[in-house]
Amino acid sequence: MIQFDRVSKRYPNGKDALSKVSFTLPAGQLTFLTGHSGAGKSTLLKLIMMIERPTQGQLFMDGQNLNGFGNRHIPLLRRKIGMVHQNHQLLFDRSVFDNVALPLIIAGYARADIGKRVRAALDKVGLLDKERLNPIMLSGGEQQRVGIARAVVNKPPLLLADEPTGNLDPALSEEIMDLFHDFARVGVAVLIATHDLSLIARYNHRLLTLREGRLIHDGDEGGTHGG
Amino acid sequence: MAANKGPRNATPIKQRPKTERPRRVVGAQTAHTSLKDRFISWRQHHRDSFRDALQRLNAARASSAMTILVIAIALALPAGLAVLLDNARAITRGWDGNAHLSVFLDMETSEPRQRELAAQWQQFEHIERTEIITRQQALAEFKALSGFGDVLEALPDNPLPPLIVVFPDSTDPVTLRALENRLAEQDGVDLVQLDVEWVRRLHSLIELGERLISALTLALAAAVILVVVNTIRLGIESRREEIVVVKIVGGTDGFVRRPFLYTGFCFGFAGGITAVILVQVALWWLGGPIDELLTLYNSDDSLTSMALSSLIALPVFSGILGLLGAWLAVGRHLGDIEPNF
Repeated sequence: MIQFDRVSKRYPNGKDALSKVSFTLPAGQLTFLTGHSGAGKSTLLKLIMMIERPTQGQLFMDGQNLNGFGNRHIPLLRRKIGMVHQNHQLLFDRSVFDNVALPLIIAGYARADIGKRVRAALDKVGLLDKERLNPIMLSGGEQQRVGIARAVVNKPPLLLADEPTGNLDPALSEEIMDLFHDFARVGVAVLIATHDLSLIARYNHRLLTLREGRLIHDGDEGGTHGG
Repeated sequence: MAANKGPRNATPIKQRPKTERPRRVVGAQTAHTSLKDRFISWRQHHRDSFRDALQRLNAARASSAMTILVIAIALALPAGLAVLLDNARAITRGWDGNAHLSVFLDMETSEPRQRELAAQWQQFEHIERTEIITRQQALAEFKALSGFGDVLEALPDNPLPPLIVVFPDSTDPVTLRALENRLAEQDGVDLVQLDVEWVRRLHSLIELGERLISALTLALAAAVILVVVNTIRLGIESRREEIVVVKIVGGTDGFVRRPFLYTGFCFGFAGGITAVILVQVALWWLGGPIDELLTLYNSDDSLTSMALSSLIALPVFSGILGLLGAWLAVGRHLGDIEPNF
C-alpha cells in the first residue's frame, strides 16, 4: 500500500527530520509507529499526506510514485487516506452527521448515497443514535469515534492515526484499537503513530521505531526501545 | 492590485516540488464516483456555497450591514455624480443648437453680392445653412430691440454692416475654429465672431467632470475591492479549522474557495443594490431644487434619474468587484492554511 524507499526530509532550517527511511506497509496490516517527540513521526505522516514532500528518495502509494504527483492531485490522494487525529479535528458548527459526511460531499457522492454511508460508518463506531447531536456534546471517546467514522466513511485503503488514544483511558483505548483491528481485517493498511508504550505492549503488532529521523527498528514488538 | 493577481499566489510555496520530477497522470482511477454524480454534486456544492454565504451574512447581520454600506457609499458617490453629469450634458445639448458664427462683411458690400456669398458658403463643409441680414434689416432689428432708435435716426448714415449668419452642422470646438478661420479668409469679410466660447467652456468643464468621475470610480472601485479583501480575510481566519479539515479529507482548492467567492459576490451585489437606492434617494431629495434651477435656465428638461441599464449594471459591476476581492483574499490567505499535526 505504502512504500518508503530511502526517504529523507530536510526542512528549510537545515534540520534533518528523516534520513534514508525505507519500509513497506502492506494492505490489511496494522503497524505501530513510535519514537520520541521530534524523532520524525509527524514528518513521516506529513509525507504520506503530501503536506510535505521528501527531499530525497521515493515514496510510493499503490505503486504510484508520489514524487510525480502535481499539487492538484493532492486532494485526490488524500481521499484515499483516512486520517485520525489526537484532537479529533471535528467541526463544532455542525452535527455529527455533517462532520462524517464531509469527505463524501467533497468526493462528490450522491445525496442519497451519503446518508447510507454516513449511517453505516456511525453504526460501525456505535454512534448511530448521536447523528443529530453537535460533537461538542459528546465525550472524548465518542468524539474520537466520530473522527474515526469520518476517516473511514469513504472506505480508504489507508488509515493513519496520530496518537489516537492520547487522551483516553485504557478501556476507551481498547475500544478504539478494536475498531482499528476491524479495519485491518477487511484489508485496510493501518498506521498508528503513538507514544503509548503500554498500548504497543498490549498488542503484538509490527512496530516501526524512529530515533532522530532514522528507522532503528522494524519488526515485532518484542525487544525494542528503551523508553 | 494587478500584482496580487498572479499565479504566484495560486500555489503555496510549501507545496511546490523542490525539483522537476516526472509527471504522471493520475485522477480518474482514484475516484469512486461517476461523472454524473460528481457533476450533480458540484452543482449542489455551488448551491450550498451560495446558501451558506447568505446564511453567514445573515448570521453576522450588523457587521455585514456595515461592510455593505461602506461598499454602497463608495459606489453611490461616482454613480450619483455620473447621473448629475448626464443631466448637465443633456441640457447643454439643447444649447449647442444655437451655436452660430456671425460674419460681418465690408461696409460697401452690395446686397446681391451678400446673397451670392451666402449661397456660395452654403456649399462649404460643416455649414448647415446660412442666413443673410441686410444693413436695412439689421437697422430695423437693432431699432426694435435696443431702444436706441432715436439715436440712430440722428445718424446721417446706417452704421451697421451687412451680416451673414452661418449655422454649422457641428459643435465640435476644433471644427468651429477651422470654420471661423476659413470664413475670415474669404473676400469681403471684415470680421467673424464665434459666439460659442461659453459653450466651449462648459464642454471643457463637463469633460473635466467626466475625467474626475472616472478617476473617482477607479479609486473607489479599488476601495471596494480592498474592503471585500479584508472582510473575506477575516472570514477565512475565522474558518481556519474548517479549512484545515476540508484539506485533510481531500477538498480541492476550488471546494475551499467557493463559499468565499460567493460571499464576496454577495457583499458586492448587495452593496451595489444599496448604492442604487442611495443614488435614487439623493436624486429625489435634490429633484425639487434642481428642477427649479433648470426652469430658471429656460430649460424644459427636468432631472432624469439613472437609466434602467445602470440600475442593473451597478449591482452587477459591484458584484464582480466583490468576487475579485474575494479571489484576491482567497489566493493570498488560503495557501497559508495547511494541515499540521
